[in-house]
Amino acid sequence: MSHVMRGQPGGAAPAALPRTFDPAVVRADFPLLRRPQGKPFAYLDSAATSQKPESVLAAMDHHYRHCNANIHRGIYAMAEEATAAYEDSRRRVAQLVNARSPREIVFTRNSTEALNLVAHAYGRWALQPGDAVVLTEMEHHSNLVPWQMLAREKGLELRFVPMTGSGELDLDALPGLLADGRAKLVGVVHISNVLGTVNPAAEIARLAHAAGAVVVLDASQSVPHCPVDVRALGCDFMAFTGHKMLGPTGIGVLWARRELLEAMPPFLGGGEMIREVHLTESKWNELPWKFEAGTMPIAEAVGLGAAVDYLERLGLDAVFAHDRALAAYAIERLREIPDLTVLGPAADRRGGVVAFTLADIHPHDIATVLDAEGVAVRAGHHCAMPLHEKLGIPASTRASFHCYSLEAEVDAMIAGLRRARSIFAR
Amino acid sequence: MSGWEEIYRENILEHYRHPRNHGTIEQPDITYEDANPLCGDVLRMDFKVRDGRIERVRFSGHGCSISQASASMLCERIEGMPLEEAKTISREDVLEMLGIELGPVRLKCALLALKTMKAGLYGLGGWPGEDEER
Repeated sequence: MSHVMRGQPGGAAPAALPRTFDPAVVRADFPLLRRPQGKPFAYLDSAATSQKPESVLAAMDHHYRHCNANIHRGIYAMAEEATAAYEDSRRRVAQLVNARSPREIVFTRNSTEALNLVAHAYGRWALQPGDAVVLTEMEHHSNLVPWQMLAREKGLELRFVPMTGSGELDLDALPGLLADGRAKLVGVVHISNVLGTVNPAAEIARLAHAAGAVVVLDASQSVPHCPVDVRALGCDFMAFTGHKMLGPTGIGVLWARRELLEAMPPFLGGGEMIREVHLTESKWNELPWKFEAGTMPIAEAVGLGAAVDYLERLGLDAVFAHDRALAAYAIERLREIPDLTVLGPAADRRGGVVAFTLADIHPHDIATVLDAEGVAVRAGHHCAMPLHEKLGIPASTRASFHCYSLEAEVDAMIAGLRRARSIFAR
Repeated sequence: MSGWEEIYRENILEHYRHPRNHGTIEQPDITYEDANPLCGDVLRMDFKVRDGRIERVRFSGHGCSISQASASMLCERIEGMPLEEAKTISREDVLEMLGIELGPVRLKCALLALKTMKAGLYGLGGWPGEDEER
Protein backbone atom coordinates (compact mmCIF):
# COMPACT_ATOMS: atom_id res chain seq x y z
CA MET A 1 0.00 0.00 0.00
CA SER A 2 1.66 3.19 -1.12
CA HIS A 3 -0.83 5.78 -0.02
CA VAL A 4 -2.80 6.00 3.18
CA MET A 5 -6.09 7.81 3.16
CA ARG A 6 -6.25 10.90 5.36
CA GLY A 7 -7.99 10.14 8.59
CA GLN A 8 -7.15 6.47 8.38
CA PRO A 9 -4.42 5.31 10.71
CA GLY A 10 -2.97 3.12 8.04
CA GLY A 11 -1.74 -0.40 8.03
CA ALA A 12 -3.76 -3.41 7.11
CA ALA A 13 -6.01 -3.13 4.07
CA PRO A 14 -9.56 -2.35 5.16
CA ALA A 15 -11.67 -5.44 5.63
CA ALA A 16 -14.44 -5.87 3.09
CA LEU A 17 -17.07 -6.05 5.79
CA PRO A 18 -15.98 -4.64 9.13
CA ARG A 19 -17.06 -6.67 12.08
CA THR A 20 -19.28 -5.00 14.62
CA PHE A 21 -20.05 -5.61 18.26
CA ASP A 22 -22.56 -4.39 20.77
CA PRO A 23 -20.81 -2.22 23.37
CA ALA A 24 -23.54 -3.02 25.88
CA VAL A 25 -22.60 -6.70 25.60
CA VAL A 26 -18.85 -5.95 25.66
CA ARG A 27 -19.43 -4.01 28.86
CA ALA A 28 -20.43 -7.13 30.72
CA ASP A 29 -16.82 -8.32 30.39
CA PHE A 30 -15.56 -5.34 32.43
CA PRO A 31 -16.12 -5.81 36.18
CA LEU A 32 -15.57 -2.14 36.99
CA LEU A 33 -18.28 -1.04 34.58
CA ARG A 34 -20.99 -3.23 36.01
CA ARG A 35 -23.16 -0.54 37.46
CA PRO A 36 -23.40 -0.58 41.25
CA GLN A 37 -26.95 -0.28 42.67
CA GLY A 38 -28.48 2.36 40.46
CA LYS A 39 -25.60 4.82 40.78
CA PRO A 40 -24.73 6.11 37.33
CA PHE A 41 -21.13 5.90 36.23
CA ALA A 42 -20.05 7.06 32.80
CA TYR A 43 -16.35 6.48 32.28
CA LEU A 44 -15.23 8.83 29.51
CA ASP A 45 -11.50 8.89 30.21
CA SER A 46 -10.18 5.91 28.28
CA ALA A 47 -7.46 7.98 26.60
CA ALA A 48 -5.96 8.36 30.08
CA THR A 49 -6.33 4.69 30.88
CA SER A 50 -8.72 2.01 29.72
CA GLN A 51 -10.74 -0.33 31.89
CA LYS A 52 -9.76 -4.01 32.02
CA PRO A 53 -11.78 -7.02 30.97
CA GLU A 54 -12.21 -10.05 33.20
CA SER A 55 -9.86 -12.10 30.97
CA VAL A 56 -6.93 -9.73 31.65
CA LEU A 57 -7.55 -9.78 35.39
CA ALA A 58 -7.88 -13.57 35.30
CA ALA A 59 -4.64 -14.03 33.36
CA MET A 60 -2.68 -11.96 35.87
CA ASP A 61 -4.36 -13.63 38.81
CA HIS A 62 -3.59 -17.04 37.32
CA HIS A 63 0.04 -16.08 36.87
CA TYR A 64 0.48 -15.14 40.52
CA ARG A 65 -1.56 -18.05 41.87
CA HIS A 66 -0.24 -20.82 39.66
CA CYS A 67 2.99 -19.98 37.85
CA ASN A 68 4.80 -17.18 39.64
CA ALA A 69 8.54 -17.63 39.12
CA ASN A 70 11.25 -15.47 37.69
CA ILE A 71 11.72 -15.87 33.97
CA HIS A 72 14.66 -16.97 31.84
CA ARG A 73 16.51 -18.36 34.86
CA GLY A 74 14.97 -21.10 36.88
CA ILE A 75 15.61 -24.64 35.66
CA TYR A 76 12.32 -25.92 36.95
CA ALA A 77 8.94 -26.43 35.40
CA MET A 78 7.20 -23.41 36.87
CA ALA A 79 9.95 -21.01 35.79
CA GLU A 80 9.78 -22.45 32.33
CA GLU A 81 6.03 -22.01 32.31
CA ALA A 82 6.36 -18.37 33.39
CA THR A 83 8.99 -17.75 30.73
CA ALA A 84 6.77 -19.33 28.09
CA ALA A 85 3.82 -17.14 29.10
CA TYR A 86 5.98 -13.99 29.05
CA GLU A 87 7.47 -14.77 25.66
CA ASP A 88 4.09 -15.80 24.31
CA SER A 89 2.80 -12.30 25.12
CA ARG A 90 5.70 -10.87 23.17
CA ARG A 91 4.73 -13.00 20.16
CA ARG A 92 1.13 -11.83 20.37
CA VAL A 93 2.20 -8.20 20.52
CA ALA A 94 4.53 -8.75 17.56
CA GLN A 95 1.66 -10.22 15.54
CA LEU A 96 -0.66 -7.41 16.56
CA VAL A 97 1.54 -4.75 14.96
CA ASN A 98 2.87 -7.05 12.20
CA ALA A 99 6.48 -6.96 13.37
CA ARG A 100 8.88 -9.10 11.38
CA SER A 101 9.92 -10.93 14.52
CA PRO A 102 9.14 -10.99 18.26
CA ARG A 103 12.77 -9.89 18.67
CA GLU A 104 11.63 -6.46 17.54
CA ILE A 105 9.36 -6.16 20.58
CA VAL A 106 11.01 -4.71 23.70
CA PHE A 107 8.93 -4.57 26.86
CA THR A 108 9.21 -1.35 28.84
CA ARG A 109 7.30 0.25 31.70
CA ASN A 110 5.12 2.40 29.43
CA SER A 111 5.22 4.56 26.28
CA THR A 112 7.22 7.23 28.08
CA GLU A 113 9.94 4.76 28.96
CA ALA A 114 9.94 3.40 25.42
CA LEU A 115 10.45 6.91 24.03
CA ASN A 116 13.15 7.64 26.60
CA LEU A 117 14.82 4.39 25.57
CA VAL A 118 14.96 5.64 21.98
CA ALA A 119 16.30 9.05 23.06
CA HIS A 120 18.93 7.63 25.42
CA ALA A 121 20.09 4.52 23.60
CA TYR A 122 19.58 5.46 19.95
CA GLY A 123 19.60 9.28 20.09
CA ARG A 124 22.64 9.67 22.28
CA TRP A 125 24.52 7.20 20.10
CA ALA A 126 23.37 8.19 16.62
CA LEU A 127 22.80 11.94 16.81
CA GLN A 128 25.67 14.41 16.66
CA PRO A 129 25.94 18.07 17.71
CA GLY A 130 24.31 20.22 15.05
CA ASP A 131 21.83 17.53 14.02
CA ALA A 132 18.16 18.41 14.16
CA VAL A 133 15.20 16.53 15.63
CA VAL A 134 11.83 17.29 14.04
CA LEU A 135 8.77 17.00 16.29
CA THR A 136 5.25 18.40 16.04
CA GLU A 137 3.34 21.02 18.01
CA MET A 138 0.77 18.43 19.07
CA GLU A 139 3.12 16.03 20.87
CA HIS A 140 2.37 14.62 24.28
CA HIS A 141 5.04 15.68 26.77
CA SER A 142 6.43 12.15 26.61
CA ASN A 143 7.57 12.67 23.02
CA LEU A 144 8.80 16.19 23.72
CA VAL A 145 10.69 16.29 26.98
CA PRO A 146 13.11 13.38 26.28
CA TRP A 147 14.16 15.18 23.08
CA GLN A 148 14.54 18.49 24.88
CA MET A 149 16.83 16.78 27.39
CA LEU A 150 18.84 15.13 24.63
CA ALA A 151 19.01 18.34 22.61
CA ARG A 152 20.52 20.15 25.58
CA GLU A 153 23.00 17.37 26.22
CA LYS A 154 24.11 16.86 22.62
CA GLY A 155 23.63 20.31 21.13
CA LEU A 156 20.76 19.34 18.84
CA GLU A 157 18.29 21.66 17.21
CA LEU A 158 14.57 21.03 17.76
CA ARG A 159 12.21 21.83 14.91
CA PHE A 160 8.45 21.60 14.89
CA VAL A 161 5.85 20.76 12.30
CA PRO A 162 3.22 23.43 12.94
CA MET A 163 -0.38 22.64 13.77
CA THR A 164 -3.26 24.32 11.99
CA GLY A 165 -6.17 25.95 13.78
CA SER A 166 -8.30 22.88 13.08
CA GLY A 167 -5.75 20.74 14.92
CA GLU A 168 -4.08 19.03 12.00
CA LEU A 169 -0.41 18.95 11.05
CA ASP A 170 0.66 21.37 8.38
CA LEU A 171 2.46 18.73 6.36
CA ASP A 172 3.40 21.24 3.68
CA ALA A 173 5.94 22.56 6.18
CA LEU A 174 7.70 19.21 6.64
CA PRO A 175 9.83 19.18 3.46
CA GLY A 176 11.22 22.58 4.43
CA LEU A 177 12.13 21.32 7.91
CA LEU A 178 13.97 18.38 6.33
CA ALA A 179 15.55 20.27 3.42
CA ASP A 180 19.01 21.04 4.83
CA GLY A 181 19.71 17.39 5.58
CA ARG A 182 20.47 18.07 9.24
CA ALA A 183 17.26 16.48 10.50
CA LYS A 184 18.19 12.93 11.54
CA LEU A 185 15.09 11.98 13.48
CA VAL A 186 11.39 12.76 13.15
CA GLY A 187 9.14 12.12 16.15
CA VAL A 188 5.38 12.26 15.71
CA VAL A 189 2.25 11.27 17.55
CA HIS A 190 0.05 8.88 15.54
CA ILE A 191 -3.28 9.91 17.06
CA SER A 192 -3.39 13.06 19.20
CA ASN A 193 -4.42 12.37 22.79
CA VAL A 194 -6.19 15.74 22.95
CA LEU A 195 -7.68 16.30 19.51
CA GLY A 196 -7.99 12.75 18.26
CA THR A 197 -6.35 13.84 15.02
CA VAL A 198 -5.12 10.89 12.98
CA ASN A 199 -1.77 11.92 11.56
CA PRO A 200 -0.62 10.53 8.19
CA ALA A 201 2.22 8.49 9.64
CA ALA A 202 3.06 6.64 6.42
CA GLU A 203 3.36 9.89 4.47
CA ILE A 204 5.54 11.43 7.19
CA ALA A 205 7.77 8.34 7.24
CA ARG A 206 8.16 8.49 3.46
CA LEU A 207 9.23 12.15 3.56
CA ALA A 208 11.54 11.60 6.53
CA HIS A 209 13.26 8.60 4.99
CA ALA A 210 13.77 10.42 1.72
CA ALA A 211 15.64 13.06 3.76
CA GLY A 212 17.68 10.46 5.65
CA ALA A 213 15.88 10.70 9.00
CA VAL A 214 14.51 7.88 11.12
CA VAL A 215 10.92 8.04 12.36
CA VAL A 216 9.73 7.57 15.93
CA LEU A 217 5.98 7.05 16.19
CA ASP A 218 4.13 7.62 19.46
CA ALA A 219 1.32 5.11 18.99
CA SER A 220 -0.09 5.36 22.52
CA GLN A 221 -3.56 6.29 21.23
CA SER A 222 -3.54 4.28 17.99
CA VAL A 223 -2.42 0.71 18.77
CA PRO A 224 -5.11 0.41 21.50
CA HIS A 225 -7.89 1.49 19.11
CA CYS A 226 -7.19 0.59 15.50
CA PRO A 227 -5.19 -1.78 13.29
CA VAL A 228 -1.57 -0.65 13.10
CA ASP A 229 0.91 -2.32 10.78
CA VAL A 230 4.48 -1.17 11.33
CA ARG A 231 5.60 -2.53 7.97
CA ALA A 232 2.88 -0.69 6.07
CA LEU A 233 3.53 2.52 8.00
CA GLY A 234 7.25 2.26 7.39
CA CYS A 235 8.37 3.84 10.66
CA ASP A 236 11.54 2.86 12.54
CA PHE A 237 10.52 3.03 16.19
CA MET A 238 7.05 2.83 17.70
CA ALA A 239 6.00 3.21 21.34
CA PHE A 240 2.76 2.20 23.01
CA THR A 241 1.51 1.22 26.43
CA GLY A 242 -0.47 -1.66 27.90
CA HIS A 243 -2.82 0.20 30.20
CA LYS A 244 -4.50 2.15 27.40
CA MET A 245 -5.24 -1.07 25.48
CA LEU A 246 -7.27 -2.91 28.13
CA GLY A 247 -4.09 -4.26 29.75
CA PRO A 248 -2.44 -3.45 33.08
CA THR A 249 -0.25 -0.50 34.02
CA GLY A 250 3.50 -1.05 34.29
CA ILE A 251 4.00 -2.64 30.87
CA GLY A 252 4.73 -0.79 27.67
CA VAL A 253 6.22 -1.65 24.33
CA LEU A 254 8.93 -0.37 22.08
CA TRP A 255 8.85 -1.82 18.60
CA ALA A 256 11.89 -1.05 16.47
CA ARG A 257 13.45 -2.32 13.28
CA ARG A 258 15.76 -5.15 14.16
CA GLU A 259 18.81 -3.61 12.44
CA LEU A 260 18.49 -0.53 14.64
CA LEU A 261 18.07 -2.53 17.84
CA GLU A 262 21.08 -4.67 16.90
CA ALA A 263 23.27 -1.66 16.16
CA MET A 264 22.41 0.66 19.04
CA PRO A 265 23.81 0.29 22.56
CA PRO A 266 21.62 -0.90 25.45
CA PHE A 267 19.53 1.41 27.62
CA LEU A 268 19.64 0.19 31.23
CA GLY A 269 22.47 -2.02 32.42
CA GLY A 270 22.07 -4.93 34.80
CA GLY A 271 20.96 -8.52 34.96
CA GLU A 272 19.38 -10.33 32.02
CA MET A 273 20.60 -7.85 29.39
CA ILE A 274 24.08 -9.41 29.29
CA ARG A 275 25.60 -12.50 27.76
CA GLU A 276 28.93 -12.33 29.58
CA VAL A 277 30.04 -10.09 32.41
CA HIS A 278 33.65 -9.51 33.41
CA LEU A 279 34.80 -7.06 36.03
CA THR A 280 35.48 -4.26 33.58
CA GLU A 281 33.39 -5.11 30.54
CA SER A 282 30.39 -7.11 29.37
CA LYS A 283 28.87 -8.50 26.22
CA TRP A 284 25.25 -7.72 25.53
CA ASN A 285 22.52 -10.29 25.35
CA GLU A 286 20.76 -10.91 22.06
CA LEU A 287 17.53 -9.18 21.11
CA PRO A 288 15.21 -8.27 22.64
CA TRP A 289 16.64 -9.10 26.08
CA LYS A 290 19.56 -6.71 25.52
CA PHE A 291 17.01 -3.99 26.34
CA GLU A 292 15.28 -5.71 29.25
CA ALA A 293 17.52 -5.25 32.26
CA GLY A 294 16.46 -6.60 35.62
CA THR A 295 13.30 -8.52 36.46
CA MET A 296 10.57 -7.36 34.13
CA PRO A 297 6.86 -6.91 34.96
CA ILE A 298 6.04 -10.53 34.20
CA ALA A 299 2.41 -10.67 35.33
CA GLU A 300 1.78 -7.39 33.49
CA ALA A 301 3.23 -8.83 30.30
CA VAL A 302 0.93 -11.82 30.69
CA GLY A 303 -1.99 -9.45 31.23
CA LEU A 304 -1.02 -7.51 28.12
CA GLY A 305 -1.05 -10.74 26.12
CA ALA A 306 -4.61 -11.39 27.30
CA ALA A 307 -5.57 -7.81 26.37
CA VAL A 308 -4.22 -8.31 22.86
CA ASP A 309 -6.31 -11.49 22.59
CA TYR A 310 -9.38 -9.63 23.72
CA LEU A 311 -8.88 -6.77 21.27
CA GLU A 312 -8.30 -9.18 18.43
CA ARG A 313 -11.47 -11.07 19.27
CA LEU A 314 -13.40 -7.80 19.02
CA GLY A 315 -11.48 -6.83 15.91
CA LEU A 316 -9.51 -3.60 16.00
CA ASP A 317 -11.22 -2.38 12.83
CA ALA A 318 -14.52 -2.79 14.66
CA VAL A 319 -13.18 -1.06 17.77
CA PHE A 320 -12.04 1.90 15.68
CA ALA A 321 -15.35 2.11 13.83
CA HIS A 322 -17.16 2.12 17.19
CA ASP A 323 -14.88 4.78 18.71
CA ARG A 324 -15.22 7.04 15.69
CA ALA A 325 -18.99 6.68 15.51
CA LEU A 326 -19.19 7.63 19.16
CA ALA A 327 -16.91 10.64 18.62
CA ALA A 328 -19.13 11.75 15.74
CA TYR A 329 -22.20 11.34 17.94
CA ALA A 330 -20.56 13.30 20.77
CA ILE A 331 -19.58 16.14 18.44
CA GLU A 332 -23.13 16.33 17.11
CA ARG A 333 -24.61 16.45 20.62
CA LEU A 334 -22.00 18.96 21.85
CA ARG A 335 -23.06 21.32 19.07
CA GLU A 336 -26.44 21.65 20.81
CA ILE A 337 -24.80 23.47 23.72
CA PRO A 338 -24.38 27.22 23.29
CA ASP A 339 -20.88 28.69 23.72
CA LEU A 340 -19.27 25.26 23.39
CA THR A 341 -16.28 24.85 21.07
CA VAL A 342 -15.11 21.42 19.94
CA LEU A 343 -11.34 21.32 19.40
CA GLY A 344 -9.70 19.44 16.57
CA PRO A 345 -10.68 18.18 13.15
CA ALA A 346 -13.96 16.90 11.72
CA ALA A 347 -15.24 13.57 12.99
CA ASP A 348 -14.08 11.67 9.91
CA ARG A 349 -10.48 12.67 10.59
CA ARG A 350 -10.22 11.66 14.21
CA GLY A 351 -10.28 8.75 16.60
CA GLY A 352 -12.42 8.36 19.71
CA VAL A 353 -11.31 11.54 21.47
CA VAL A 354 -13.28 14.78 21.79
CA ALA A 355 -11.90 17.81 23.66
CA PHE A 356 -13.78 21.05 24.03
CA THR A 357 -14.12 24.35 25.85
CA LEU A 358 -17.38 25.76 27.23
CA ALA A 359 -17.59 29.56 27.36
CA ASP A 360 -14.98 30.73 29.89
CA ILE A 361 -15.84 28.02 32.39
CA HIS A 362 -12.68 26.39 33.66
CA PRO A 363 -12.40 22.69 32.75
CA HIS A 364 -11.84 21.82 36.41
CA ASP A 365 -15.22 23.27 37.24
CA ILE A 366 -16.83 21.42 34.36
CA ALA A 367 -15.22 18.14 35.44
CA THR A 368 -16.30 18.65 39.04
CA VAL A 369 -19.94 19.20 38.04
CA LEU A 370 -19.78 16.18 35.71
CA ASP A 371 -18.23 14.08 38.48
CA ALA A 372 -21.14 14.90 40.74
CA GLU A 373 -23.39 13.55 37.96
CA GLY A 374 -21.34 10.35 37.74
CA VAL A 375 -19.50 11.31 34.55
CA ALA A 376 -15.71 10.93 34.54
CA VAL A 377 -13.87 13.16 32.06
CA ARG A 378 -10.39 14.62 31.95
CA ALA A 379 -9.79 18.32 32.58
CA GLY A 380 -6.53 20.16 32.15
CA HIS A 381 -3.79 20.24 29.55
CA HIS A 382 -3.65 16.45 29.09
CA CYS A 383 0.17 16.50 29.09
CA ALA A 384 0.14 18.63 25.95
CA MET A 385 0.80 22.19 27.12
CA PRO A 386 2.33 23.42 23.83
CA LEU A 387 -0.76 22.24 21.95
CA HIS A 388 -3.03 24.22 24.26
CA GLU A 389 -0.74 27.23 24.02
CA LYS A 390 -0.99 27.05 20.25
CA LEU A 391 -4.78 26.97 20.47
CA GLY A 392 -4.65 29.92 22.86
CA ILE A 393 -6.38 28.16 25.75
CA PRO A 394 -4.96 27.18 29.15
CA ALA A 395 -6.85 23.92 29.37
CA SER A 396 -9.67 21.86 27.94
CA THR A 397 -12.17 19.19 28.93
CA ARG A 398 -11.82 15.84 27.17
CA ALA A 399 -14.11 12.86 26.68
CA SER A 400 -12.55 9.71 25.25
CA PHE A 401 -13.94 6.32 24.40
CA HIS A 402 -13.15 2.64 24.09
CA CYS A 403 -15.03 -0.46 23.07
CA TYR A 404 -17.30 -0.38 26.15
CA SER A 405 -18.36 3.26 25.79
CA LEU A 406 -22.04 4.00 25.14
CA GLU A 407 -24.08 6.76 23.56
CA ALA A 408 -25.97 6.93 26.86
CA GLU A 409 -22.73 7.99 28.54
CA VAL A 410 -22.34 10.82 26.06
CA ASP A 411 -25.95 11.80 26.82
CA ALA A 412 -25.13 11.91 30.55
CA MET A 413 -22.20 14.20 29.79
CA ILE A 414 -24.38 16.51 27.71
CA ALA A 415 -26.89 16.82 30.56
CA GLY A 416 -24.03 17.59 32.98
CA LEU A 417 -22.63 20.23 30.65
CA ARG A 418 -25.99 21.99 30.51
CA ARG A 419 -25.99 22.05 34.29
CA ALA A 420 -22.41 23.38 34.42
CA ARG A 421 -23.36 26.13 32.03
CA SER A 422 -26.25 27.24 34.20
CA ILE A 423 -24.19 27.13 37.43
CA PHE A 424 -21.30 29.19 36.10
CA ALA A 425 -23.16 31.66 33.92
CA ARG A 426 -21.97 35.16 34.73
CA MET B 1 -25.51 14.71 49.71
CA SER B 2 -22.37 14.78 47.62
CA GLY B 3 -23.57 16.71 44.59
CA TRP B 4 -21.95 19.75 43.04
CA GLU B 5 -23.98 21.91 45.42
CA GLU B 6 -21.62 20.77 48.19
CA ILE B 7 -18.67 22.40 46.48
CA TYR B 8 -20.24 25.23 44.57
CA ARG B 9 -21.85 26.93 47.53
CA GLU B 10 -23.28 30.37 47.00
CA ASN B 11 -20.33 32.15 48.65
CA ILE B 12 -17.90 30.52 46.20
CA LEU B 13 -20.02 31.31 43.17
CA GLU B 14 -20.58 34.85 44.42
CA HIS B 15 -16.82 35.49 44.65
CA TYR B 16 -16.29 33.76 41.32
CA ARG B 17 -18.89 35.91 39.56
CA HIS B 18 -17.89 39.11 41.35
CA PRO B 19 -14.27 38.77 42.33
CA ARG B 20 -12.96 41.32 44.85
CA ASN B 21 -9.56 42.93 44.37
CA HIS B 22 -9.28 41.69 40.82
CA GLY B 23 -6.73 43.46 38.63
CA THR B 24 -3.14 44.61 38.78
CA ILE B 25 -1.23 47.40 40.52
CA GLU B 26 1.14 49.67 38.64
CA GLN B 27 4.55 49.72 40.29
CA PRO B 28 3.67 47.30 43.09
CA ASP B 29 6.01 46.92 46.05
CA ILE B 30 5.67 43.17 45.76
CA THR B 31 4.52 41.07 42.88
CA TYR B 32 4.56 37.32 42.63
CA GLU B 33 3.22 34.87 40.11
CA ASP B 34 2.72 31.17 40.67
CA ALA B 35 1.11 28.39 38.69
CA ASN B 36 -0.52 25.06 39.31
CA PRO B 37 1.28 22.77 36.85
CA LEU B 38 -1.48 20.21 37.12
CA CYS B 39 -4.13 22.35 35.48
CA GLY B 40 -2.23 25.34 34.13
CA ASP B 41 -3.87 27.81 36.49
CA VAL B 42 -1.81 30.99 36.78
CA LEU B 43 -2.17 33.49 39.61
CA ARG B 44 -0.39 36.79 40.08
CA MET B 45 -0.69 38.93 43.18
CA ASP B 46 0.43 42.56 43.38
CA PHE B 47 0.88 44.29 46.73
CA LYS B 48 1.24 47.92 47.76
CA VAL B 49 2.73 48.07 51.23
CA ARG B 50 2.82 51.06 53.57
CA ASP B 51 3.95 51.19 57.21
CA GLY B 52 4.04 47.43 57.41
CA ARG B 53 0.50 47.06 56.20
CA ILE B 54 -0.90 45.68 52.98
CA GLU B 55 -2.39 48.88 51.68
CA ARG B 56 -3.66 47.39 48.44
CA VAL B 57 -3.67 43.93 46.94
CA ARG B 58 -4.86 42.82 43.51
CA PHE B 59 -4.90 39.43 41.84
CA SER B 60 -4.96 38.45 38.17
CA GLY B 61 -4.46 35.39 36.04
CA HIS B 62 -6.77 32.57 35.15
CA GLY B 63 -8.09 29.55 36.93
CA CYS B 64 -11.10 27.59 38.07
CA SER B 65 -13.84 28.94 40.30
CA ILE B 66 -12.21 27.49 43.42
CA SER B 67 -8.83 29.13 42.81
CA GLN B 68 -10.45 32.41 41.75
CA ALA B 69 -12.82 32.48 44.71
CA SER B 70 -10.07 31.66 47.18
CA ALA B 71 -7.88 34.44 45.71
CA SER B 72 -10.78 36.86 45.96
CA MET B 73 -11.53 35.90 49.57
CA LEU B 74 -7.90 35.99 50.59
CA CYS B 75 -7.33 39.42 49.04
CA GLU B 76 -10.45 40.79 50.68
CA ARG B 77 -9.23 39.51 54.00
CA ILE B 78 -5.64 40.73 53.87
CA GLU B 79 -6.16 44.20 52.45
CA GLY B 80 -5.30 46.55 55.31
CA MET B 81 -3.77 43.77 57.36
CA PRO B 82 -0.25 44.03 58.85
CA LEU B 83 2.22 42.07 56.72
CA GLU B 84 3.28 39.93 59.64
CA GLU B 85 -0.28 38.94 60.35
CA ALA B 86 -0.92 38.05 56.71
CA LYS B 87 2.15 35.83 56.81
CA THR B 88 0.57 33.74 59.55
CA ILE B 89 -2.57 32.85 57.58
CA SER B 90 -2.70 29.08 57.30
CA ARG B 91 -4.23 26.60 54.91
CA GLU B 92 -6.86 25.84 57.54
CA ASP B 93 -7.81 29.53 57.54
CA VAL B 94 -8.26 29.47 53.77
CA LEU B 95 -10.31 26.28 53.84
CA GLU B 96 -12.45 27.78 56.58
CA MET B 97 -13.06 30.86 54.44
CA LEU B 98 -14.14 28.64 51.56
CA GLY B 99 -16.22 26.49 53.87
CA ILE B 100 -16.06 23.35 51.75
CA GLU B 101 -14.37 19.97 51.76
CA LEU B 102 -12.12 19.28 48.81
CA GLY B 103 -10.32 16.29 47.38
CA PRO B 104 -6.54 16.40 46.94
CA VAL B 105 -6.62 17.76 43.37
CA ARG B 106 -9.02 20.61 44.01
CA LEU B 107 -7.19 21.37 47.27
CA LYS B 108 -4.27 22.56 45.15
CA CYS B 109 -6.64 24.95 43.37
CA ALA B 110 -7.91 26.23 46.70
CA LEU B 111 -4.43 26.84 48.09
CA LEU B 112 -2.80 28.45 45.04
CA ALA B 113 -3.65 31.95 46.29
CA LEU B 114 -2.18 31.27 49.74
CA LYS B 115 0.98 29.83 48.20
CA THR B 116 1.35 32.84 45.92
CA MET B 117 0.80 35.27 48.77
CA LYS B 118 3.32 33.56 51.05
CA ALA B 119 5.97 33.34 48.36
CA GLY B 120 5.44 37.05 47.67
CA LEU B 121 5.50 38.15 51.28
CA TYR B 122 8.36 35.97 52.46
CA GLY B 123 10.39 36.86 49.39
CA LEU B 124 10.41 40.45 50.58
CA GLY B 125 14.05 40.37 51.74
CA GLY B 126 15.20 43.47 49.89
CA TRP B 127 12.20 45.67 50.42
CA PRO B 128 13.23 49.07 51.86
CA GLY B 129 11.88 49.81 55.29
CA GLU B 130 11.46 46.19 56.14
CA ASP B 131 13.89 46.33 59.07
CA GLU B 132 12.23 49.33 60.74
CA GLU B 133 8.91 47.58 60.90
CA ARG B 134 10.12 44.69 62.93
